[in-house]
Amino acid sequence: MTQAASVSAADQIGFRNQLRARWQAMPELERAAISIGIAVAISILLFFVDHALAYALLTLTALYWIRKLPQFPHKLIAQALLVLAYLVAGPRTVAIVLAIGFLMTWVPEGTPRQIIYPVTAVFLAVVYPFYQAKMFTIPVFGSWPDVATGVVMILFIMMAVGLNIVVGYAGLLDLGYVAFYAMGAYTAAWFASLQFSHTTLHIGAVGIDPHLPGIHASIWLILPIAGAIAAIIGILIGLPTLRLRGDYLAIVTLGFGEILPQIARNGDSFLGFNLTNGPNGITPLDSPGFGNHISRLTGGFLPANFLQCCNAKVLGHQIQSTDVFFWTAMVLLLFTVFCSLRLQYSRLGRAWIAIREDETAAAAMGVPLMRTKTWAYASGAFFGGIAGAYYAVFRSATFPGDFFFNISVFILCMVILGGMGNVPGVIVGAAFLAYLDREGLANTGAWINSNIHVGGWRPNIDVPLYASGIYGVILIVVMLFRPEGLLPSRRRAAELHEGVHDQPLWDVTQDQAHFDEAGVEV
Amino acid sequence: MAADASAPSLGARLPRLSVSAWIGLVFVGLLVFWLGVNLVKTPGDFIEVFLIGITTGCVYALVALGYTLVYGILELINFANGDVFMLGGMFAITYSTSIFGLHEGQGWVIVPIVIATLVLVMASCGLINATIERVAYRPLRHAPRLAPLITAIGASFILQDIGLAWKGPNYVTAPDIFPHSAVFTVGGVTYTWNKLIVVLFTVPVLLLLLYLVQRTRQGKAMRATAQDMDASAMMGIDVNRTISFTFLIAGALAGSAGVLYAFYVTTVRFDQGFQLGLIAFTAAVLGGIGNLPGAVLGALLIGLIQAFNEGLNWHAPGSDWTESIVFSILILILVFRPEGLLGERTPEGG
Repeated sequence: MTQAASVSAADQIGFRNQLRARWQAMPELERAAISIGIAVAISILLFFVDHALAYALLTLTALYWIRKLPQFPHKLIAQALLVLAYLVAGPRTVAIVLAIGFLMTWVPEGTPRQIIYPVTAVFLAVVYPFYQAKMFTIPVFGSWPDVATGVVMILFIMMAVGLNIVVGYAGLLDLGYVAFYAMGAYTAAWFASLQFSHTTLHIGAVGIDPHLPGIHASIWLILPIAGAIAAIIGILIGLPTLRLRGDYLAIVTLGFGEILPQIARNGDSFLGFNLTNGPNGITPLDSPGFGNHISRLTGGFLPANFLQCCNAKVLGHQIQSTDVFFWTAMVLLLFTVFCSLRLQYSRLGRAWIAIREDETAAAAMGVPLMRTKTWAYASGAFFGGIAGAYYAVFRSATFPGDFFFNISVFILCMVILGGMGNVPGVIVGAAFLAYLDREGLANTGAWINSNIHVGGWRPNIDVPLYASGIYGVILIVVMLFRPEGLLPSRRRAAELHEGVHDQPLWDVTQDQAHFDEAGVEV
Repeated sequence: MAADASAPSLGARLPRLSVSAWIGLVFVGLLVFWLGVNLVKTPGDFIEVFLIGITTGCVYALVALGYTLVYGILELINFANGDVFMLGGMFAITYSTSIFGLHEGQGWVIVPIVIATLVLVMASCGLINATIERVAYRPLRHAPRLAPLITAIGASFILQDIGLAWKGPNYVTAPDIFPHSAVFTVGGVTYTWNKLIVVLFTVPVLLLLLYLVQRTRQGKAMRATAQDMDASAMMGIDVNRTISFTFLIAGALAGSAGVLYAFYVTTVRFDQGFQLGLIAFTAAVLGGIGNLPGAVLGALLIGLIQAFNEGLNWHAPGSDWTESIVFSILILILVFRPEGLLGERTPEGG
């Protein structure tokens, strides 16, 4: 028995773990030398791609070890290195190096990674408009995404984090998430446009003519209203259908996801009433803003009107209205992520995970299935609704063509690629896929078409046309080879690898090796 | 649908009729009233639309059978089935025109050509479907049930893009070879041959499939695997082979539907498979998923509903609303009678 246990422990170690153990056993100076050596080697390679990247890598590696080794007056050296990096690398990559270096030199020793990484990420994201234009070009993918693309990426991240509550936490496959997104977008359109021009109702709207017909509400009211309406729709969809398990639920949500956009498409004469303006969509929407009063109170820091903004020039960067949209979206995203993380280990979140792992057992332990699942739906829908509303406001339009089934699968793909149930993973997956969707695929396609040629043959592929097929490949590859996603939550990974079914008797070939080993050892 | 559920309780135990059953009864009553008014107002149109509905229903039936076979054995919604159907239509056009040189106005030569095309397409689509199972579903058989469902969506998207890359984003046109002459004419309503051919093909296929599943050794293996994989493995059934065979049959059925659709409607586009697949899936659920006659019944009903919705004159919502109506039916069925019209109540419906 003991022998078997030790063997299985050795089995677990594996190549990677052995390597890690040897690495940790090395003296610190030796490790520093090795990693700096590797960094030098990589940066020599990088040099052919982009000088600044190479400098950045070298600087960061050096900084890291200077921080690690206590015998150096590290802060001073680190800051000197930053200045050196600035002088050598020139202003292109400076923003990112400075930002990371700054954080690294001022973070006290012993701060957990759980704090350092998110704070760095948020900082880099918030200052993105300042250095976006100055960034280097990524090989194959081309230039860094626009700030406008960044806004859309953030909104998709929000939706992915929202869907993650349903799919990742509660384990309910929702194939109609686009319905909530559509609901949010149309709510914003109804409450901030000329759509219902037979009435005139102004609720805290700022920056527009008070006699303008139609319903006009302040965006800061619209966002929660849109979230709430989407959540109510979520509850309405959920109440009758959440009794169903697994794939039946998936297909019902898919049905709703197809019905709502069709209502939007046909809603220009809904019993004689023009609800959605049909395929032409509702446009334009009111520009968001804080109004002159608040703007004056904050000394112009909060703009009165997003679209007629801004005159300030900060750190050599002319602030544009897109930037303001970007930062607002960032605030919304942070709110979403905060809620999502707080929900994860709350009483409700633990109930969701229990349902995901074993519905019957959870019910037996006293988890109210219906209520818990409905809450999952409502919370997921809430963030989807907010994201939809903000997207409509950002684009100043809502079209029924934006709400296809593909979008639902697209968002699902983000959640799965990043790692179901793990918020950082979902964020990374969503950012990457949203970028691919908006710019990446087009850039990659242009690169492929211009750089690849076999003999006289040159490909002429319209890569963005095949976006959904690419998502299909991602879905299959991830589910087959890494079902827990790129950045998994440990718990979900274990669940997905062990599976929920008992090991069947008839399909032993897959686990033959395992069985033999066990047999020999015992 | 709910009328069926409440039928036994109507007589003796009237008070036990649930609210949902009452709603269902009222709904069915309104539907019958609407159909009746239409029949009285425009009997000619009504019958013509009815015949169109039966024809469409036959195509749906072939696709729905694929869903129901696979669901019966693996409890998996094979989203890719609809796209296999779409590829079947494209194969049909390609094979018949570029291999056999089919074009309009050829006379009786088209009969062997169409049959050869049919065989080739059924083989190709069957193989595609079986390959999808081998690659995307089999490795996930012990994973949580969401996993194969997700790969099914992925497979569906990939097939769509294969169709898109192969034939482009526009409609592909097939030669209009089925004769449009009348089989019979009653009171101004003509029943044309092209509609009859679809029915004439579907009925024997269904009988053959029923025979296969209920009378042959392979069919017995399929039914056993559907009931209990472990037990059937212990009885000496090669479970993996049986599942592959099921996918092969399902793909072949979808392929045959593709051939019929291509020559009956004469246009195919890369994204038609998914929509039609969802409608066919609804049909399978309506009839009781896992139940072969149920799938056919459901498909005919859905075909009729669609035709009535699009073809009738008096207060018909029109083709803009077809999908909404079909999916509403799907949702209502799943919520109120998950076992469908002919299915048995399972814990799944619970």
